Amino acid sequence: MPAEPPGAPTDSPAAGNRAALEAARKLAERVCAGERAAISQALNAVDDNRESHRETRLALLDAVAPHARGVRIGVTGAPGAGKSTLLDALVSGLRARGRSVGVLAVDPSSQRTGGALLGDRMRLSSTARDAGVFLRSLAARDQLGGLSEVTGPSLDVMAAALDYVFVETVGVGQSEAQVIDVVDTLVFVAQPAAGDLIQFMKAGILEWPDVFFVNKSDLGDVATRAAAELRAGLDLGHRRDPDRVPPVLRGSARDDLGIDGLIDALDEHTAYLAGKGDDGARRQEGRVARVEHALSARYGRFGLDQLRGGSLASRVRDAGAVSVERIVYDLGREIEAALRAGGSTGGA
Amino acid sequence: MSSIESRPERDRPWMFRTYSGHSSAKASNALYRSNLAKGQTGLSVAFDLPTQTGYDSDHPLSRGEVGKVGVPICHIDDMQVLFDEIPLEKMNTSMTINATAAWLLSLYIATAERQGTDQGALRGTTQNDIIKEYLSRGTFVFPPEASMRLTSEIVSYTVDHVPNWNPMNVCSYHLQEAGATPVQEIAYSMANAISILDVVRAMPEVDDDTLSRVFGRISFFLNAGIRFVEEMCKCRAMNLLWEEIGRERYGITNEKMLRLRYGVQVNSLGLTEAQPENNIIRIALEALGVTLSKKARTRSLQLPAWNEALGLPRPWDQQLSLRTQQILAYETDLLEYGDLFDGSHVVEGKTAALLEEARNELQTVLDMGGAVTAVENAYMKQKLVESQTERLRAIESGDMTVVGVNAYEEAVDSPLVEEGAGSILKVDESAERDQIASLEAFRNRRNTADAEAALKNLEDVIKNGGNIMAPSIAAAKAGVTTGEWSQVLRDVFGEYRAPTGVVAAPVAEASEDVSQVRKRVDELSETLGRRLKILVGKPGLDGHSNGAEQIAVKARDVGMEVVYDGIRLTPQEIVQSAQDEGVHVIGLSILSGSHCVLVTDVVDQLKAAGMGAIPVVVGGIIPDDDAEQLETAGVRRVYTPKDFDLTRIMDEIVDVVAESNAG
Repeated sequence: MPAEPPGAPTDSPAAGNRAALEAARKLAERVCAGERAAISQALNAVDDNRESHRETRLALLDAVAPHARGVRIGVTGAPGAGKSTLLDALVSGLRARGRSVGVLAVDPSSQRTGGALLGDRMRLSSTARDAGVFLRSLAARDQLGGLSEVTGPSLDVMAAALDYVFVETVGVGQSEAQVIDVVDTLVFVAQPAAGDLIQFMKAGILEWPDVFFVNKSDLGDVATRAAAELRAGLDLGHRRDPDRVPPVLRGSARDDLGIDGLIDALDEHTAYLAGKGDDGARRQEGRVARVEHALSARYGRFGLDQLRGGSLASRVRDAGAVSVERIVYDLGREIEAALRAGGSTGGA
Repeated sequence: MSSIESRPERDRPWMFRTYSGHSSAKASNALYRSNLAKGQTGLSVAFDLPTQTGYDSDHPLSRGEVGKVGVPICHIDDMQVLFDEIPLEKMNTSMTINATAAWLLSLYIATAERQGTDQGALRGTTQNDIIKEYLSRGTFVFPPEASMRLTSEIVSYTVDHVPNWNPMNVCSYHLQEAGATPVQEIAYSMANAISILDVVRAMPEVDDDTLSRVFGRISFFLNAGIRFVEEMCKCRAMNLLWEEIGRERYGITNEKMLRLRYGVQVNSLGLTEAQPENNIIRIALEALGVTLSKKARTRSLQLPAWNEALGLPRPWDQQLSLRTQQILAYETDLLEYGDLFDGSHVVEGKTAALLEEARNELQTVLDMGGAVTAVENAYMKQKLVESQTERLRAIESGDMTVVGVNAYEEAVDSPLVEEGAGSILKVDESAERDQIASLEAFRNRRNTADAEAALKNLEDVIKNGGNIMAPSIAAAKAGVTTGEWSQVLRDVFGEYRAPTGVVAAPVAEASEDVSQVRKRVDELSETLGRRLKILVGKPGLDGHSNGAEQIAVKARDVGMEVVYDGIRLTPQEIVQSAQDEGVHVIGLSILSGSHCVLVTDVVDQLKAAGMGAIPVVVGGIIPDDDAEQLETAGVRRVYTPKDFDLTRIMDEIVDVVAESNAG
């Protein structure tokens, strides 16, 4: 059941609120200029769930949304596949190319207590911990095994300031389905142990990634075989983008082998998306999915059905270059109003 | 009553050692000579953290650490001064050195040569156990594979060239300090020894005879806690398991080579800051555990000082520990008997039970691929963190009695600590400056071309897969420094960050106190708008991460979001992490005694970055005077070993954050 609708009085911003909005816009400017302290402050603001802070948060996200040009990359794979090591190597490789990098590490464990231990997976080496690298860890909080709700907006903030933003998740199935909504490119790190891949194929996870990286190529034949199996599996199975067969690369993150090729493959995918001429269809799909996910979590399927004025996709497109969170908020108000009026269609 | 004359023949006592070294080679040499004059029979060298982690005294990371927890050794002249007028031919020297073991052994061999002693005559031990550095002590430098290579090369070199040297001292000591139960101590140290022996066995130059000699030279370094009956049984169980491994896994048949040889330093973990004189008794009882049973008697013993939890012990404090050993060995009748426990059903039953459990746990580790895998996947680390968490819970709840800490707290003041700052040793603040000056002078007087050629040769040999020892000894003679030698290895092998192992620690059953703090964290998080987030940081070179890990786990258990990036971070990295992560409070842990320099540095850099409002709390072995100095510098709370109640610390951290965010 939907929560109590928020009271109406906040509709017209008071003078203090206007000042807060102005501050939010200024902060967004500093974020876009890549100022480290500003990125941190903006991420704190995005995470601030006080009702009194809502307008500031939305204004900030609206202001960064059109500038979120950085490439968002998800890195996924089973525990032990070497994601952290690969991320470390990727960050170092991108730094060597002079790019700025952000890493958002989402801790998958969720505790009743709300507490979380973060950071252990970000064992970046000293070369990857320079001033051009920004690291933030997030707890998944109530989203067991999935992504925290603030993952999307946090990435939006970081992508407005940095060339590349990585989000690291653990391959347990549910998180992949969510991470594709917030990234432009999904990398799957496979370890060359037979059995693993079959599990992933069964779970349908292999239809999402845009690039595959078979790690630990020093294992020799096993790695070659794993890569071949993957290629065969990709030819047979479903793919998210039927026009493109994702490349299967091999290398060893630990020995820094194949990392340059992986960076090139990431850039190729970015160029591929830009060259499709579909006006950023993938990002748009992601925005629609995020809006749908947030609204159905809050109001249920019944609530979503209250929306009028075309499909959800068209409502999101019509909203323009504002933040996903703004759209969620506005549509949420519509749903609440419809529910207050008694709800129309469907219903049991 | 038996007269002196009619006393039966006595066994030779174990070797008496005291782990020591501080400030400079000269000051440490004076200390060693005075200890030997008092009846100490072997030396145990403590190196400072820069030396242990391969940095010269003038490296930025060495700041505040030079001469603190041990002696700084940058080059051969330092080593020569350290053993001035101590004939190495006659000495048995134990060196607590791991990542840079090959280098310090090379300096030792080169120094002996200067004294006119051939390496073949040297006796002693290099600790050379990297696995436990990853798990507990934190002075690792290189990745596991490279570390295994270094260790095994030292082993294969010494077995032929320095035959009386113990090239590797497998340490279960630090596992117990990290919380290990007796079963874990046995299982993980055996897994560790196996990981090296397997590598040595695979070396082309190692035949069956060499392997047998290598097996016989591997020694152990054990801990002994206050539950001294169980500890004695632990030693007996280790004897049995080691022999079993020798016979079954390595096919060793020579009885002499199969015998487990070990030294002991008794437990520091259980020494208390409250009523510290009680530690004198604890130390004596712990010494009993490893000497009472002839079959499980240690070969050498180091006793800590009673006031270790307060700060660095003075020479008098160390003397008291030596006297404890001497009384046990020379006054009591302990050494007049055979094994007191042979035929004891109780002792045999307990030993068998420990052996059985340890064998199973060892098999678990071997099944997952051995000790190196169990480091990389953090299995052993997680187990240790779990055990430590349970131990601290038991102390907090009173399930485990610690006299003077959670029971019988009512006491009169101890006259032993009345002097305040005077009752511990203060390292001379000029030691670091003097050491850097002497290092510069050394660099100026050496032949630079020789040093450079030796470094080049070292690099070539390593890259071509040759043994590290010969080019290292040549480098020692050519005037290469500790930092230069290590840098060559860093460049070839890379550096490693070990898993912290805290992530998977299970959430403890909440006591009423914990629930209370959890509620306060929830409420404060509501007010702050997002969940209370804390950074737990370990600045500097100190790798003893057990305390920081327990704080991190407890903070998680009371509902905080915790950022913990492990050890050896510069103040600048900590400040950057605090900024990136948007934390509300920073907790720093330092046990090396360099707290004043490093903490002040963090506080200053926070202010410079516009984050002066983020409160900082500090934990460590921090004398009262230093605590005052830190509080003046802006630190909000200072915790010392007497603050064992982690839940109360969390409660105070909530206060600190609330105060900082009020209004």
